[in-house]
Amino acid sequence: METRELICIGCPLGCPLKVKTEQGQAPEVTGNTCRRGEVYARKEVANPTRIVTSSVSVEGGRQKVVSVKTREDIPKEKIFAVIEALKGVKVQAPIQIGDVIVSNAADTGVDVVATRKCPVLNDLL
Amino acid sequence: MQNYDIVIVGGGPAGLAAAIAAKEHGVESILVLERDQELGGILNQCIHNGFGLHTFEEELTGPEYAARFIERLLEAGISYKLNTMVLEISAQKVVTAMNRTEGIMQISAQAVILAMGCRERSRGALNIPGFRPAGIYSAGTAQRLVNMEGYLPGRRAVILGSGDIGLIMARRMTLEGAKVQVVAELLPYSGGLKRNIVQCLDDFGIPLKLSHTVVNIHGRKRVEGVTIARVDDNRKPVPGTEEYYECDTLLLSCGLIPENELSKGLGIEMNPVTSGPKVNESFQTSAEGVFACGNVLHVHDLVDFVSREAQAAGKYAALYVKNQAGHEEFGDIPVAAEQGVRYTVPNTVNPGRMEEALTLRFRVGDVYKNCYVAVYLNDQRICHRKKQVLAPGEMEEVVLKKEELHAVADLTQITVKLEED
Repeated sequence: METRELICIGCPLGCPLKVKTEQGQAPEVTGNTCRRGEVYARKEVANPTRIVTSSVSVEGGRQKVVSVKTREDIPKEKIFAVIEALKGVKVQAPIQIGDVIVSNAADTGVDVVATRKCPVLNDLL
Repeated sequence: MQNYDIVIVGGGPAGLAAAIAAKEHGVESILVLERDQELGGILNQCIHNGFGLHTFEEELTGPEYAARFIERLLEAGISYKLNTMVLEISAQKVVTAMNRTEGIMQISAQAVILAMGCRERSRGALNIPGFRPAGIYSAGTAQRLVNMEGYLPGRRAVILGSGDIGLIMARRMTLEGAKVQVVAELLPYSGGLKRNIVQCLDDFGIPLKLSHTVVNIHGRKRVEGVTIARVDDNRKPVPGTEEYYECDTLLLSCGLIPENELSKGLGIEMNPVTSGPKVNESFQTSAEGVFACGNVLHVHDLVDFVSREAQAAGKYAALYVKNQAGHEEFGDIPVAAEQGVRYTVPNTVNPGRMEEALTLRFRVGDVYKNCYVAVYLNDQRICHRKKQVLAPGEMEEVVLKKEELHAVADLTQITVKLEED
């Protein structure tokens, strides 16, 4: 049996949650005030995921960097692997929102896409 | 002199939503003035996700959220000027602005919408002792450097203040390879969203020290370290609790202040609690035909609520320009904020002009558990809503119904307050 302590993110109350997990049984959540706490705790224990956002360098663009994100949430323990996969990446302007910057980042099966457009550098600006 | 029906000062989320709404309500001649080189405001540097859950029912990043509104503005054919700084707005609603291509210009408007947003509380405003070395940044400046300019401002950081931007930057700096040692918060609770504390600090093992502040900054040329101490109930440092942290960077995330120099120049009546203009139910300030919305009015937690508020302001500005604002037979009823409620927006409500339902937004002054939000019309309580928790960092709202206000004879005051039972 394993017990984990979490803080619920459902509302500003921030209930201190305790999750007991035992092989072959549904996790037991205590400390929550409402149903949302239980749902959050189960997900967070079984399969915590996050959307990762960062930025990569652009060449020939109006901006030096362009912001990116994983198109979907990825397993929490892969956050740094995804960030590592973005290190040193340079893309060429123009960039549109949704353009794939790195496909299947860190073998998560999830693409990293641009979240901002970056037009070609225009001297008139 | 150029002429427009509505001039909007600021092309961030509030200005964009106000402009689109004004156009949708039949005003053709609209001009948005933006001092940055692109529309979107601060959203462009907020590259994290979590925007738009209320507006689009999906989780967007800041630039994506901005892009959706910019696209709608362009589709609507609304005019805008970039790199343009507004210097002054006169009582006659003549806007003086300047940019590099047109020089100084004067623009006459029938209605002006203030949407200038807010700025961060600076080190000077915080009175932190110590030298003035390089390496001290507001969290928002660091955010711009990392996310837009592509520079990491330091390798070892301490963050003072647990506002959302500070928490977001703790994670961002960590992902970029910096070591964020600690986040110190003067108050006994965090001003940031719970979600950010968990996902930006706990996820990366960054400690949050509540009731702590920076009492000294070390280093002459560059920050070499900071001293942090615990504070007592009066927020005074407790001698003997000092801890030294070696670092090259100190980020400040200690609150946002509405940017109201233009409003003050206009002589608009201000609310000292919000540092924003006082407004009526139509988001009109004490200067006729001048409206305000977004963070220049009061600082919001979520951009979705900024967009909603700005849409209302844009609509009311359009109705004003078209001379279709409602009747004034009822007079303006003041809204009082009492017993734990720090302020409300709007400050007055005219039952003749209001819509069927009006959202009243407010903040509380402390953390309250298991209490009730009560609304009174004169002495009659019309709302008594149980809340498990209320915190200063989370904006609250109640909805006033037109029929309820019309049902009270001789309505002279609306009161919002917290009650224990």
